[in-house]
Amino acid sequence: MARQIVGPFNRVEGDLEVQLDVGDGQVDAAWVNSPLYRGFEQILLGKIPGDALVYAPRVCGICSVSQSVAAAFALGDAYRAETPPNGILALDLIHAAENLIDHLTHFYLFFMPDFARPEYAAQPWHADIHARFRAVEGSAAPEFLQARTAFMHLMGLLAGKWPHSLAIQPGGCTRAVSARERLHLGNVVGAFRRFLEQRVFAAPLDEIVALDSRDALQHWQAAQAGQPGDLARFLALGEALGLHTLGRAADRFMSFGAYREADGAPLFARGVWRDGSLHSLDVDGIAEDVSHSWMAGDTAPPRTARTLPDPGREGAYTWCKAPRLHGKAVEVGALARQLVDGHPLICDLVAATGGNVLTRVVARLLESARILLAMQRWTDALVPGEPFHNPAAPLADAEGIGLTEAARGSLGHWLRIEGGRIRNYQIVSPTTWNFSPRDAAGQPGALEQALTGTPVDSPRHPRKIAVQHVVRSFDPCMVCTAH
Amino acid sequence: MSGGARMNLLWLQSGGCGGCTMSLLCADTPDLLTRLDTSGIDLLWHPSLSEAGMDEALRLLEDIRSGRQRLDALCVEGSLLRGPHGTGRFHMLAGTGRPMIEWVRELAAVARYCVAVGSCAAFGGVTAGGSNPTDACGLQYDGRYPGGLLGKDYRSSAGLPAINVAGCPTHPDWVLDTLHLLARGELGADDLDDLARPRMYTDLLAHHGCPRNEFYEYKASAIEPSDLGCLMEHLGCMGTQAQADCNVRTWNGEGSCTRGGYACINCTAPEFEEPGHAFLRTPTVAGIPLGLPTDMPKAWFIALSSLAKAATPQRIKENARADHVVARPGRKPDRK
Ligand code: SF4
Ligand code: SF4
Repeated sequence: MARQIVGPFNRVEGDLEVQLDVGDGQVDAAWVNSPLYRGFEQILLGKIPGDALVYAPRVCGICSVSQSVAAAFALGDAYRAETPPNGILALDLIHAAENLIDHLTHFYLFFMPDFARPEYAAQPWHADIHARFRAVEGSAAPEFLQARTAFMHLMGLLAGKWPHSLAIQPGGCTRAVSARERLHLGNVVGAFRRFLEQRVFAAPLDEIVALDSRDALQHWQAAQAGQPGDLARFLALGEALGLHTLGRAADRFMSFGAYREADGAPLFARGVWRDGSLHSLDVDGIAEDVSHSWMAGDTAPPRTARTLPDPGREGAYTWCKAPRLHGKAVEVGALARQLVDGHPLICDLVAATGGNVLTRVVARLLESARILLAMQRWTDALVPGEPFHNPAAPLADAEGIGLTEAARGSLGHWLRIEGGRIRNYQIVSPTTWNFSPRDAAGQPGALEQALTGTPVDSPRHPRKIAVQHVVRSFDPCMVCTAH
Repeated sequence: MSGGARMNLLWLQSGGCGGCTMSLLCADTPDLLTRLDTSGIDLLWHPSLSEAGMDEALRLLEDIRSGRQRLDALCVEGSLLRGPHGTGRFHMLAGTGRPMIEWVRELAAVARYCVAVGSCAAFGGVTAGGSNPTDACGLQYDGRYPGGLLGKDYRSSAGLPAINVAGCPTHPDWVLDTLHLLARGELGADDLDDLARPRMYTDLLAHHGCPRNEFYEYKASAIEPSDLGCLMEHLGCMGTQAQADCNVRTWNGEGSCTRGGYACINCTAPEFEEPGHAFLRTPTVAGIPLGLPTDMPKAWFIALSSLAKAATPQRIKENARADHVVARPGRKPDRK
């Protein structure tokens, strides 16, 4: 059995290599390698704590705001900052805008173009998909980019620019919104709702978020025949290609919860889903294993862990550490978030077929609809004239944890300040969870598990196209992974 | 290459965050793909946009290296990682078993133009911050010093140094206008500043067009984030030194750093990542901010400032410390 090296993967954020043992027409085992290391956790040592807000977003240009939010939460936790209601709403809006646009950028630019590839030329649906989703040249890309650019005017207004804004602070947002600007925000969000309702779903958002079972989804899709939106197009080809049979990992999911509502509860709940039911999350159960990473040291919780490259480490094959929750690999992302939040459609889909390529994509689009509706609510709730920011007094010695959800899943920053300087800073990013290597017990990470059993060179999935679907279904962000 | 000729482009990413590509996707009116086309630019390969899978991409790189495929513009995003110990192992290009720095050296040697997209690729950027654990540098600069990966004598086959479209991230228009000018054969050595950045965006300062200019005139300053006043005296703004047209050519519609309520941190400059003080606090000596405008004698600045402060209208004083307009224009000044 020959080990095959697959990479570079385009249309993923950053560089990725996968090694596969291919047996009888399918993947027998996979090893995921993050081939890029930059050393942010080393760069941050000794810095003035507030400066983390400059460095952290630059971990990743695609989930820059999520990194800022996690850093601001960690600093806010350390300094016991209080954020005024407008500040919470403004940060929610900035954060939600990034997560929403990441979901759709993934769908239109990264994920769907694979189905326009010549491997599928013989399929009856190919001509339509090719015309719509072909990379660079399909009709969807420029249409989406126009809608995307107009929507990102929200970032210009609330965050100054995107990516890499300093508007997100422990005490709230540096940008107060006037009455005129609040109206403008409403229009920007409303215009993007049109794109979702006309192109993505070809249906009202209320109808999408009300879908409550696999049957309901199938009925809805059938009713779309003739004038399908892009979700229905995807569902049709997903059925034809059996995408619900590809890319199942261990069906163990985690969400840190996201967006602080006015009543203090998150919009999307925090928790763990395993063995078919929901459990509370014990954050202290998180530790990073480095047995197969080019990193020195032993398994340690992020509060005390260090990051020190060891390129010669025996048995290692990636720069990525292996975070585990109570020793178990978990999967994070929109699917995990919606499952933990108990959305009936996602719960039913997972009960039927588990986590897989299809459910991951459906969860992302469903979540997009839910986020947009929340953004309209938040925009209406802004009160011009009331404060957006409360100053937070720095402390010379403190510890803080910032937990949030990036588009791709759970993101945590662990910060320790001593003598007014950063003494330790640990970042555990969503793709660190999903694309982690094996741990000391030999347990593979979520993608490594999901790739096992993937067909190679089958009539339905020629060459390694199914491998590509599985990889991209996680919406990987490789620059975050090893950081 | 002029008139109707088209220019092909290969885009590689190394030790950065991918944010310059994300910024590029925000190109405004027309959208990015339309704009590339109307600017006469054909993508050979871009990691975020292209259909071509891994086998095709690797074949393309081989063909360019061996001269079978012409390469007009090589765009590199992200720092070049020389570590550990000069091996480049901190970034191996997936599927090739070779460090990215080797690929970049070879491809730059055959490219007609070589473009550093963003401050990482230009100078090293944030990846070179702190202890610079990966020995990161720019294509032709190591921080402010010429050299970098390609060496100070490097010239692309059109006779130009690596063109530094610096910024963190860089503005979509800075990249697209640079490429457009190259495609038209209209960017020469004289169009670059002393750090090889296109003067088309570095002949202005971030301060130009900042909505806080009236506050600046009177040194009516913001004290806390979200105050409307000028950010220079207390909150770290380097807009009077930062060479970039950010407040004229705004970001994501109406945005810019100072419009967003936070300081310009001079992200188009080499070594901006290590200012030697807290980014969002202005270092002062005896109450006088360090880092005054570069082309103004200090004594004049101090004299003008104290005069301006004494003459500050009440409206400006009040608004500088508020997060929305509390004193409207047109009101008679309050007299003591
Ligand atoms: S905030 Fe900065 S850019 Fe704006 S006026 Fe003040 S010094 Fe100039
Ligand atoms: S205002 Fe300053 S920090 Fe902001 S993008 Fe422009 S040059 Fe960079």
